[in-house]
Amino acid sequence: MTEIARFSHGSRVPGWDEAVDLDLDPAEVPDPATTEVPDDLRAEIEGYMARYPDPHSAALPALTAAQRRHGWCSPEALEQVACVMRVTPAYLAAVATFYDMLRVEPAPPGTHAIYVCTNISCSLNGADALYDAMREAAGDDEAFEVRAFECLGACDIAPMASVDGTYVGPLAPADCVRIVGQCRAGEEVLPERQLDHRKSADTLAREAGLK
Amino acid sequence: VSSELLFEGIDEPGLATLDGYRRRGGYETLPKALRMSRDEVLNELIQSELRGRGGAGFSMGKKASFLPKGDMDKYLVCNADESEPGAFKDRELMQKNPHQLIEGIIIAAYAAAITRAFIFIRGEYAHVADTLERAVEEAKEAGYLGESVLDSDHSLILWVHRGAGAYICGEETALLDALEGKRGNPRLKPPFPANQGLYQGPTLINNVETLSNVPHIVAMGAEEYIKLGVPNSTGTKIVSVSGNVQRPGNYEVELGIRSRDLIYGLAGGPPPGREIKFWFPGGSSSPVLTADDLDVPYDFDSMAKAGSMLGSGSVIIVDDSNDVLDVALKVAKFYRHESCGKCTPCREGTNWTVKMLERIQRGEATPMDLDIMASVQERIIGHCLCVLGDSMAMPIGSMIAKFRGEFEAHMDSARDAADRAAIEAAA
Repeated sequence: MTEIARFSHGSRVPGWDEAVDLDLDPAEVPDPATTEVPDDLRAEIEGYMARYPDPHSAALPALTAAQRRHGWCSPEALEQVACVMRVTPAYLAAVATFYDMLRVEPAPPGTHAIYVCTNISCSLNGADALYDAMREAAGDDEAFEVRAFECLGACDIAPMASVDGTYVGPLAPADCVRIVGQCRAGEEVLPERQLDHRKSADTLAREAGLK
Repeated sequence: VSSELLFEGIDEPGLATLDGYRRRGGYETLPKALRMSRDEVLNELIQSELRGRGGAGFSMGKKASFLPKGDMDKYLVCNADESEPGAFKDRELMQKNPHQLIEGIIIAAYAAAITRAFIFIRGEYAHVADTLERAVEEAKEAGYLGESVLDSDHSLILWVHRGAGAYICGEETALLDALEGKRGNPRLKPPFPANQGLYQGPTLINNVETLSNVPHIVAMGAEEYIKLGVPNSTGTKIVSVSGNVQRPGNYEVELGIRSRDLIYGLAGGPPPGREIKFWFPGGSSSPVLTADDLDVPYDFDSMAKAGSMLGSGSVIIVDDSNDVLDVALKVAKFYRHESCGKCTPCREGTNWTVKMLERIQRGEATPMDLDIMASVQERIIGHCLCVLGDSMAMPIGSMIAKFRGEFEAHMDSARDAADRAAIEAAA
């Protein structure tokens, strides 16, 4: 019989234990008496819970808030959210692993999220080279999370990237060093090429007498 | 007839604020709607023949009329999880004219006797969500939202809910699960959301553009509205044009415009010296059309008759500098990544399609593989809880059908190259 290759944790599935601390009981709702939750984070989560007929709806905004503070959905972050929401950390781990914007691998607070869109419209305009250049520009700096991302809904400025939520484009590989530098310096990223400042193609067509 | 309705004055400075919107006559339709009975408003929406702008193209008024009558917790959810590759119309509508959407939501909620509403916006649209939240706050302060809207018997609570990055949440039942704080897995239908949706209550789910049409329909009346567009595809449509075109962007056109006029006349066509090889008329999930189909009118029925679909109205142009295999692989990899994994045909089918396309690329495939791949697509379509798998199967299937020769040529040359490399390595 052939030997089945297994990881050191005994499973054939890689990474299943990364987002959880196996020493804790993930099936238990954390005890408020022993779980410390920062006051402002607690207030924010409770604010979300009050918006919905069913407080469980606050899971995504609450996890996003916890990630902003901790850098990622760490076991500690899940524990704190679970304590306020009165659910198990396991429930939240299941939610967190489903969504692309929630990090289940360690990242320091304040990590810059650079998503380079590599979907069809952007790749038809050179997104793959842009992604490689962006990764090279960020190097192995832990303060950057550079990811090839699915369509970000800005094909009008293809190829483009989302830098900490700000959409910039069209970009050339040569722009990447500047983008990373501006992030490090805490400056606004490529102000002249932010989507927010762009006129609609429809308006431009009307001004040009095309419609 | 002017084709400016939703995009009228879209770039006017300050339009995103309450004052700017009111300056353009905004929130003048709401009191008119509130003076009408709920059924009268609903009837206008049905008579307008407005079809959903999110992809399925179902009659908006009819969907609203399916909600049970009577005193119960009913919900309206605006689907702003625009994630279809090639679609970016809702982003511009919300970013530049959020109050138009909010007024549409208030009127639609009034028509269907709904008192709680949510806008589910994709997490990536962080700036747009900020704009929307500011607009909702303004509308609350001005008395358009909350208890007794403009002193009527209509009340509405509205919240903006941000997603966290998952294409599948654009599917209406997956969106409901995500909004309930779960993993975004689609639900079995029926029951349809109109009967049992959010928190098990009757729920009306509409796309951003659909709801943004509502104030205009009530303002001008259904009779005027149906004069826009063509029969069975009434009104205007914001079309996102992207890919290999010279002027990518959102264009508002009357439905029924000739595709060529949209792609060449407005978007400028492919770069000089290039020809259109194929195009997606309704986002990456629609079967591809070729340059032969450029004279097909751009409306729901004509696109269906041409063997594709209008979908969300997102045109992606691919010119002749591209290899069909590369595009097919991009599409397949996207759907493999976004498959939620709940249904086997989709989870496995998307994965195997990627593997087989990669075999072709590496030169390990035979022409029989194309038939197997086509049969995999057939086995996905219609066999899952939602249409995510179909969304990969339809374009891939159409690419194999229309460009089979190119796939085969690619296979041969890749195999030859692999053989040569093996011989050289041995020697």
